[in-house]
Amino acid sequence: MCKQSPIWQIVFGVLPVFLAVLIAAMLVIAVDRDPVEVVTNIWEGAFRNTKSFAGVLNFWIPLTLVCVGLTVTFRSGLWNIGIEGQILIGAMFASWGALYIQLPEALAPLQIAIEIALGILGGMLWAGIAGALKVWLGVHEIFGGMALNSIASVWGIYLISGPWYPEGGSAQQSAPFSKVALLPGISDDWPVSLLALVLTVMALIIVPLILNRTRWGLQLKATGKNQRSALLLGVPINTVAMSSFLVCGGLAGIAGAYRTLFTYGSFRPLASGGIGFLGLLVVLLASTRTLWIPVITFLFAAILSGSTRLRVAMQLDASLAQVLQSTLVLLFLLVGGLRQRFEARSATPVEPEAAQPPVQTRAGGEVIAP
Amino acid sequence: MNEELLNTLSRIVANATPLVIASLGETITERAGVINLSLNGSIVMAAMVGFAAALVSDNLIVGMIAAMVAGAVIALIIALASIELRQDQVAVGFVLTLLAADLAQFLGQDYTRIPGPQVPNWPVPVLDQIPIIGPIFFDHNILVYFSYALAIGIWFWLFRTRPGMAHRAVGERPEAAFARGTNVHRLRYLYTTIGGALVGLAGAAYSLHFKPGWSTPPSMQGDGWIALVIVIFGGWHPFRVVLGAYLFAALRAVSSDIQKNGLIVLGQTIEFNFVLLNALPWLLLIVTLVLVSTGTIERLLQIMPRPLQKRMRSVLRSDSPKALGTRFEVD
Repeated sequence: MCKQSPIWQIVFGVLPVFLAVLIAAMLVIAVDRDPVEVVTNIWEGAFRNTKSFAGVLNFWIPLTLVCVGLTVTFRSGLWNIGIEGQILIGAMFASWGALYIQLPEALAPLQIAIEIALGILGGMLWAGIAGALKVWLGVHEIFGGMALNSIASVWGIYLISGPWYPEGGSAQQSAPFSKVALLPGISDDWPVSLLALVLTVMALIIVPLILNRTRWGLQLKATGKNQRSALLLGVPINTVAMSSFLVCGGLAGIAGAYRTLFTYGSFRPLASGGIGFLGLLVVLLASTRTLWIPVITFLFAAILSGSTRLRVAMQLDASLAQVLQSTLVLLFLLVGGLRQRFEARSATPVEPEAAQPPVQTRAGGEVIAP
Repeated sequence: MNEELLNTLSRIVANATPLVIASLGETITERAGVINLSLNGSIVMAAMVGFAAALVSDNLIVGMIAAMVAGAVIALIIALASIELRQDQVAVGFVLTLLAADLAQFLGQDYTRIPGPQVPNWPVPVLDQIPIIGPIFFDHNILVYFSYALAIGIWFWLFRTRPGMAHRAVGERPEAAFARGTNVHRLRYLYTTIGGALVGLAGAAYSLHFKPGWSTPPSMQGDGWIALVIVIFGGWHPFRVVLGAYLFAALRAVSSDIQKNGLIVLGQTIEFNFVLLNALPWLLLIVTLVLVSTGTIERLLQIMPRPLQKRMRSVLRSDSPKALGTRFEVD
């Protein structure tokens, strides 16, 4: 009785995707363009050849790292909106390494290791500030995080307009890094960093294992489900919250280091480019199904990378990709709610647990206020 | 009083107006127990819609109404998702923030950087002749005057009328309100929508008055988050919310003034990179939240003389509506 028939499961799974695509198509028609042409362009932009496919992976790597990090903070019931800033500060610290540490070419691997370590440190620092504000000073992580994002961005703009202002360049980015400082690509046809790819896959495997198999993972889950009972059961909830911030910040720092050391090859104040917010959307979409994360991030990365063609080919604003993605997540949440209503009506009395939203937020409907 | 200072103060009042309207709208929503976290996106969306509608129809009223509808629809989605579909208000609000901003950018791509209609200045007769107060408060446009009326109106509604009491009860103790025969869900729909419409009007205030025109990326980016914090700083009280908005606007005015003219302290010109000043509002935001949440204000109250304590408490304390962000189930 309680389980729905498979047909309904498929209907509820496909409905948000169908509606989101329909809405996006209507938007494209509304601005007098052909939706089919948009799809062809995005497809071409993403999978035309190995280089464009590498472009997709270039989005997939940082996005996936960010998402893996965010599963950790969501598990402990925290909304790490400050992730954008954490990516940017990671990029900034890695850039500092690239600009000011000059090891000889023979020691290139060491140089890169230092830069990535700096990136991790930067991300952890910024996440640590958000965590400290949350844990010790009671500042809600959404507002603290948002403020830290903006401060990080001001800091980035300050650097390229002042101390890192390139000789004779524009105040858009720092001077390009030396070749030794950059992450190497696999080949000319495959401009993707193997090291970053390996790191991402490792994070995808190791972090869920830690979350599901260790005591720390269990403590995170307990804190996320019900902070008060976790405290009563002896879980050090402050340490747990702080550590989940730090882990997420570290992963965001790697993502930032990748963006700056590979994608751009110089420091830009927009190094995060909305990837952190997109990651939050992905994790909302996946909710507890962490296995889906690499799949969703791949899809989103393909749309994102493919849509960069739209401006040139069709004079369309590339924000269409983000509109499609956030519409999809919104509809997914709404249809998820519909589904619960449907289940509640067709089934025998539901357990209170089943009525909880799929999104993991702090138990007891935590109030956004100090 | 010198001319320049009066001008600056008058500009602060004008620049604060969109923030005032948005945070008052959010105050109405949150007083009913619903969080509309989509403010940042709603404002951008409403600014675009309001500008485009006013431009196409060549009518400012049409533009403002269109902006209010845009804000109200977004707010309605949050109420619907929370009340009917049992979804988390924060999650839906966050997604809508991003969606609305991106949608505004996509749909508004043909309207960027073109001149459009502007709300005209209209000094209030008689009142603008009052020295000092006149030029600061009564030499503006209709939106600014509306924001004054709005603050007083909301205060009167919330604290001096019976339906206003029900409004607060729905945000504080929905169970008790329900037991008294109040339709909790209907009121939440109502106040969320009204609050959203005001946020929409704030968006129109940007594109039709404060920073005329529409551009991508929009120039009001980030103000929605500031408005959300102003509501907390204001302790969900309309007058303090207005004060908070003016404070933020004043800080901005000072920092943009320094960026333009340089900083002179005691006759010495102080040199530093003024870009960093843009971080000031955000630092103030963090400091504000720390002060509100660590009980610094409570401690401050305790060292005050007793007769002063009671009076200051109602002015300074900042308690959120108890049921803020929670769902209410009838069963």
